[in-house]
Amino acid sequence: MVADRRGAAVEIAALRKEYVSAAGRVVAIDHIDLTVAPGEFLCIVGPSGCGKSTLLRILAGLDTQSSGTIAVDSAGWPVENAMVFQESGLFPWMSVAKNVGFGLMTRGVADREADERIDAALKLVGLTKFRNHYPHQLSGGMRQRSAIARAFVTDPGMLLMDEPFAALDAQNRVILQAELVRIWEQTGKTVIYVTHSIEEALLLGDRTVVMTAQPGRIKRIIDVPFPHPRNLITLSASAEFGQMKLDIWRVLEEEVMRARAEEEG
Amino acid sequence: MTAISAKARERALYLISPIVLLAIWQALLMLGIGDRRFIPAPTDIAVRFWLLIENGELALHTGATLWRVFAGFFVGCIPAVAVGLLMAMFKPVRIFVDPLIAAIFPIPKIALMPLLLLAFGFGDASKIALVAIAVFFPVVVNTYTGANNIEKIYWDVAKNYGASQSVMFTRIVFFGALPTIFAGLRIALAVSFIVLVASEFVASKVGIGYMIWNSWELLQVDIMFVGIVTIGVLGLITSVLFQEVERKVIPWKAE
Repeated sequence: MVADRRGAAVEIAALRKEYVSAAGRVVAIDHIDLTVAPGEFLCIVGPSGCGKSTLLRILAGLDTQSSGTIAVDSAGWPVENAMVFQESGLFPWMSVAKNVGFGLMTRGVADREADERIDAALKLVGLTKFRNHYPHQLSGGMRQRSAIARAFVTDPGMLLMDEPFAALDAQNRVILQAELVRIWEQTGKTVIYVTHSIEEALLLGDRTVVMTAQPGRIKRIIDVPFPHPRNLITLSASAEFGQMKLDIWRVLEEEVMRARAEEEG
Repeated sequence: MTAISAKARERALYLISPIVLLAIWQALLMLGIGDRRFIPAPTDIAVRFWLLIENGELALHTGATLWRVFAGFFVGCIPAVAVGLLMAMFKPVRIFVDPLIAAIFPIPKIALMPLLLLAFGFGDASKIALVAIAVFFPVVVNTYTGANNIEKIYWDVAKNYGASQSVMFTRIVFFGALPTIFAGLRIALAVSFIVLVASEFVASKVGIGYMIWNSWELLQVDIMFVGIVTIGVLGLITSVLFQEVERKVIPWKAE
């Protein structure tokens, strides 16, 4: 079943971020104009250092832009956004349940209601039995699942995901990607997903934004035509998928080469 | 062969060096090498130990010393943890406190004893104050270091998930620093015995330090040794208890 698409809407205009470092000014991202529809699953790919994580951190409120505007309409959602980080970022001193419920605790949700929501979120990611474990007792995949549960439990209008599966082994990555797509199809939230993998972007997203090497600009936005619900395994084996992957790689290749040339000076 | 027997062998080896040392000591004195009036044999010390336990004298001194150590330890450590956390969270606090720590930390704390006697008199209060001051510094520095080195991602997560300043303080910074805080507390425990026994030498009529110093003045060398051994045993026991507490308080520290 695919839920109504009803997440937060995002309007980014002329966004620019520059850092001042000892080496001088570094422009991380520039001229970012982007509209994200409610319930859209948007993937952002780009070469390393293209500022895709910076964009996500600004959306998450962890960083502020140098200029430009971001307007997020998350009316009707208790929380505007929740981020899933590359390393799970679970607090090692809290049990899985406490970690998952962190965003509820900070917002003063009553214990009983919080418990019910934590249970539901743990069920969603299949970790009910690990409620009282500590993160160091979990595998990498389970930790990342807990982090996803922690994000969903707050019922955000938008999920921000920064290469959440990059540190996992290939099998676990496939499983978690499928789970994420399933959960997203059930909830209909907006997702902005940063990755360096074209394949992942095509598998998961409705649209793929390809960014340029530093400074990060939007090079191209590609519509991903595969309908939902998706079966990721059969999809990734299809000829159409392979062709799209190749097309996007050609777009991205230029930028990767340019980034490399600049590094080598 | 098996893990258990390897562990048992390791533990046995652990005991061998002190036992051999004591045996050599005993043997030399029994062979008439050394004057037993000045260097008592381990058996002499053991007998005296027993006598002092029996007449209650050892319990009296041990009780006084332990009370001062624990009172001073808590009076010093609790504010040290609070100040260390505040330093990590608020830069003005750090700027204000840093020079004071830099200036006072290297002063041998026993040098403050006359001052503390003036302020608190000859009773327990002056000794407790000395211990409190001595433990404050290693704990404050460790707490600050621990809180300051919390991985950035935890700050990011806390912020993104709506943590207020007080949640940051009580749920993130404190727990994130806890393993390093405990390392500081462990140092503080040893420091508290060191400064307390030294202060009891000169400024007390009760306590293990007093017992050692008094027996030196009366040339009762066996009592001196009893005092020294007692301090060692107390240090060992408190350190083991401390490890148990640490295991309970920091269950997430990987086994």
